Amino acid sequence: MQRERLVLIGNGMAGVRTVEELLKLAPDLYDITVFGAEPYPNYNRIMLSPVLAGEKAVDDIILNGRDWYAENAITLKTADPIVRIDRVARKVIAASGAEQPYDRLLIATGSTPFIIPVPGHDKDGVIGFRDIADVEKMLETAGRFKNAVVIGGGLLGLEAANGLIKNGMNVTVAHLLDSLMERQLDKPAAALLKATLESRGLNFRMGAQTAEIVGNGRVQAVRFADGGTVDADLVVMAVGIRPNFSLAREAGIHCERGIMVSDTMQTFDPRVYAVGECVQHRGVCYGLVAPLFDQAKVAANHLANYGIARYEGSVTSTKLKVTGIDLFSAGEFNEGEGDETLVLQDPAAGIYKKLVLRDNRIKGAVMYGDTLDGAWYFQLLREGTDVSAFRRTLLFGQHDLGDSGHGDAARIAALGPEAEICGCNGVRKGQIVDAIVKKGLFTLEEVRAHTKASSSCGSCTGLVESLLASTVGEGYSAAPSKKPLCGCAEHSHDEIIAGIKEHGLKTMAAVRRHFAWRTEDGCARCRPALNYYLLSRWPGEYRDDAQSRFINERAHGNIQRDGTYSVVPRMFGGLCTPSDLRAIADACDKYQVPEMKVTGGQRIDMFGVKKEDLPAMWKDLTEAGLVSGHAYGKALRTVKTCAGKTWCRFGVQDSTGLGVKIEQMTWGSWMPHKFKAAVSGCPRNCAEATIKDFGVVCVDSGYELHIGGNGGIKVRVTDRLCKVETEEQVLEYGAAFIQKYREEAHYLERTAPWVERVGLQTIKDALSDEAERKALAERFLHSQTFAQIDPWKARADGAEAHEFRKIEIAVA
Amino acid sequence: MNDWIDIAALSDIPRLGARVVKTATVEIAVFRTAQDTVFALKDVCPHRGGPLSQGIVHGNTVTCPLHNWKIDLASGEANAPDEGCTRTYPIKVENGRVYLGDARRQAA
Ligand code: SRM
Ligand SMILES: Cc1cc2nc3c(=O)[nH]c(=O)nc-3n(C[C@H](O)[C@H](O)[C@H](O)COP(=O)(O)OP(=O)(O)OC[C@H]3O[C@@H](n4cnc5c(N)ncnc54)[C@H](O)[C@@H]3O)c2cc1C
Ligand code: SF4
Ligand code: FES
Repeated sequence: MQRERLVLIGNGMAGVRTVEELLKLAPDLYDITVFGAEPYPNYNRIMLSPVLAGEKAVDDIILNGRDWYAENAITLKTADPIVRIDRVARKVIAASGAEQPYDRLLIATGSTPFIIPVPGHDKDGVIGFRDIADVEKMLETAGRFKNAVVIGGGLLGLEAANGLIKNGMNVTVAHLLDSLMERQLDKPAAALLKATLESRGLNFRMGAQTAEIVGNGRVQAVRFADGGTVDADLVVMAVGIRPNFSLAREAGIHCERGIMVSDTMQTFDPRVYAVGECVQHRGVCYGLVAPLFDQAKVAANHLANYGIARYEGSVTSTKLKVTGIDLFSAGEFNEGEGDETLVLQDPAAGIYKKLVLRDNRIKGAVMYGDTLDGAWYFQLLREGTDVSAFRRTLLFGQHDLGDSGHGDAARIAALGPEAEICGCNGVRKGQIVDAIVKKGLFTLEEVRAHTKASSSCGSCTGLVESLLASTVGEGYSAAPSKKPLCGCAEHSHDEIIAGIKEHGLKTMAAVRRHFAWRTEDGCARCRPALNYYLLSRWPGEYRDDAQSRFINERAHGNIQRDGTYSVVPRMFGGLCTPSDLRAIADACDKYQVPEMKVTGGQRIDMFGVKKEDLPAMWKDLTEAGLVSGHAYGKALRTVKTCAGKTWCRFGVQDSTGLGVKIEQMTWGSWMPHKFKAAVSGCPRNCAEATIKDFGVVCVDSGYELHIGGNGGIKVRVTDRLCKVETEEQVLEYGAAFIQKYREEAHYLERTAPWVERVGLQTIKDALSDEAERKALAERFLHSQTFAQIDPWKARADGAEAHEFRKIEIAVA
Repeated sequence: MNDWIDIAALSDIPRLGARVVKTATVEIAVFRTAQDTVFALKDVCPHRGGPLSQGIVHGNTVTCPLHNWKIDLASGEANAPDEGCTRTYPIKVENGRVYLGDARRQAA
């Protein structure tokens, strides 16, 4: 079949990132052709500053070399800009005359430096700071001449000035306003920055309006509106960028300040997508990579025909990449009316921190000299966290919330897994730690390769290194392996879960074929996982495969160290009757159970049952109305309850009754891992609901819902999900939460690590959306219609009889 | 011919599963692979004696249910890095019936 043709105009950071994301989702969908105006393969533009400062070489900043294009069968045309888009004939025309037809087009032409049109602006020696050619030109000039003027005291201008000084030039920065980096810094922080840069030998001319570039052929000086002049052999204009959209506009695509795109990153021509600095989205043009990478993800999602992602804009933060200067800024850092500001100033130590608060929420942050908590403040800002509880110590940083703190390492350790470490690529602490632990990473390079953290602007390198230092050597890992699923496969759990759904794979053999398994029938790790994924995705259709189940689930009992089994009947909500107890007692007598015990899950365990006896024993128990407790399974285990309102003098709701209802709804369901629930009748919480996968704490006005807790090896207290008012709502939220977990978690991943991995917010968002919640709950209840068949009864009636009978022979 | 004992039909053993054959002195696990090859091992894991018949069968290997050692069905050897070996027994399939070699003669 002829593949669709995708053409990318602009071989830069946003465009190629889109292609990378697309290849992850749909590697074989398109024949891809990339046109780049520059003569290089895709490189990291951000790193031009360190290249200029001599800290890196051009080779170090190549992101995808030519071999990458070849490996992915992408046709790359460098140094051949597109000059025209013919939307009627659906083709692009390059400067060389080459033509390339497309089915879908992606425009990512970036932006161009703004050159102030003063007299003399076109003289030799006047340049912008945008690409490798500019850097080479600066380096070459620095080798032959002495004086440079950088016009513009913003981020880019200061990085250029810093680089030129390092190359031995005499540099003056001319800035129109009286304060540097006014878009990122307030005045006190800007003053500190200026003082530091001056101490490094940089000259400043503040409030300086450029009037003319003087020279004859080559630039000799810059003259300002106040009449003063500064000698210059090189003039770098760093006063702003202009989105590069002339190509699109000439093709009749609607543009304002940039190419207009929707939340799906489509232009007004639905075949044409655009990402990066050349676009305008909801009125905003971005000039930093983090938002562009978000855009790339969305565009790729739609190009891959998934059609589910939306780009809704980004909040950005900035750091300056001048070695030895720590500076961070985010949000609205100049207070408006009604805002409050918290300021910490220690001029001797060169530290300045300011937070702008509105309604006890962080709206903006500026930090100079000590930026370690930037990631934390940025997280509080984006999540709109109410900081009133720890407002008094907020400025001292996150480590101050807990213990006394032990320097940087303690502060990084204090960051939650959700804290963003790498702003460019949106990589969170949890993901990095996860990758280090699960993939056995030891070096910065490996972390970059696996997580992309620290692979763009590099300003988080210190944080990543601290994480490496604190994580490596710590052996314990609670969560299951992440990637690949097992030694038989190359794909991750997530890819396989998605593949089963997207491609309608309904048998284990089909999954193995689709994902090119290396073994014929898998192994003891992947078979149970696939069996679960298929069972949960196709309830009622997929037939459970007994031989892919761990023996406990195959025999519906818990294998003991001596090869016997334990049997645990369900006691819904921990309630029982005399006749239940009598049936259990009778079974113990009849099958000579050596020991009985009340479990931590409020029911009775009978140990040491011989496998051959299991079917008959179950038969007796099921006849007495007792069903399997699944005490052996990756399944719903127990719903623990307390005495509650009926008896307890403090109880405010019927916790026991609600627990029974929850257990009746959920018993029999297979899960990625074991799943426990509890209901406590009041906040005294006797049922320990706050260390369960799903916990309910009754309060006077309703029910507090909690998720993601567990006891066990590593205790984790639940996160509070929300409060609801009726039992029906408890059941609906519970079903929806369980179903989301069943559909998305990795096999053998309990809710606690799952919640930490995907983020509480993701789950909250899904469950607070009424339509999504109801749909999830409905899918759960549907799957339960197939799952609530007592396996004991089925076995007692003769199913899988061979499993329990030995073949006896007389000889040998 | 007397050396072989008819123990079961091939179809009595689940594919990728096992049955236990109990003799007067020993329990033997008889495995059937996806390709219908059969193997017989003493039903005792070289690690801590786990019942291998209850493990998951994949390729020509069984993973012990107690601590996940992987035992080669043909040789009875544990896969590296684990070390240990379980006794194997001769076994064959003819006309859909499974025959176990007489253990007394084996031992001799
Ligand atoms: C029977 C029981 C102990 C008891 O007598 O109280 C028990 C027994 C076992 N637990 Fe447990 N756990 C029992 C309650 C608990 C609890 C308490 C609770 O549920 O309230 C916990 C801590 C809470 C939790 O899970 O969040 C608990 C944490 C574990 C863990 C650690 C899980 C973790 O995430 O770290 C394991 C290991 C595992 O699952 O991999 C485990 C595994 C086991 C296994 C199944 C080990 C195994 O795979 O063979 C034990 C089976 C014993 C046997 O041979 O029958 N058991 N186990 C409890 C059965 C409850 C029930 O009625 O179903
Ligand atoms: C020196 C410097 C430092 C920076 N530091 C940071 C930082 O610390 N943090 C941060 O987040 N951001 C930083 N940025 C900004 C960041 O680099 C840009 O936001 C990002 O590169 C924009 O990506 P893009 O794909 O939209 O554009 P680009 O990366 O510029 O890619 C566009 C490409 O399209 C090509 N092109 C244009 N027209 C055509 C055509 N007609 N045909 C073919 N090709 C064409 C261009 O030559 C270019 O290669 C920095 C930028 C510079 C220059
Ligand atoms: S949690 Fe409340 S209702 Fe339950 S036993 Fe304790 S005090 Fe009573
Ligand atoms: S007894 Fe078999 S692995 Fe431990």
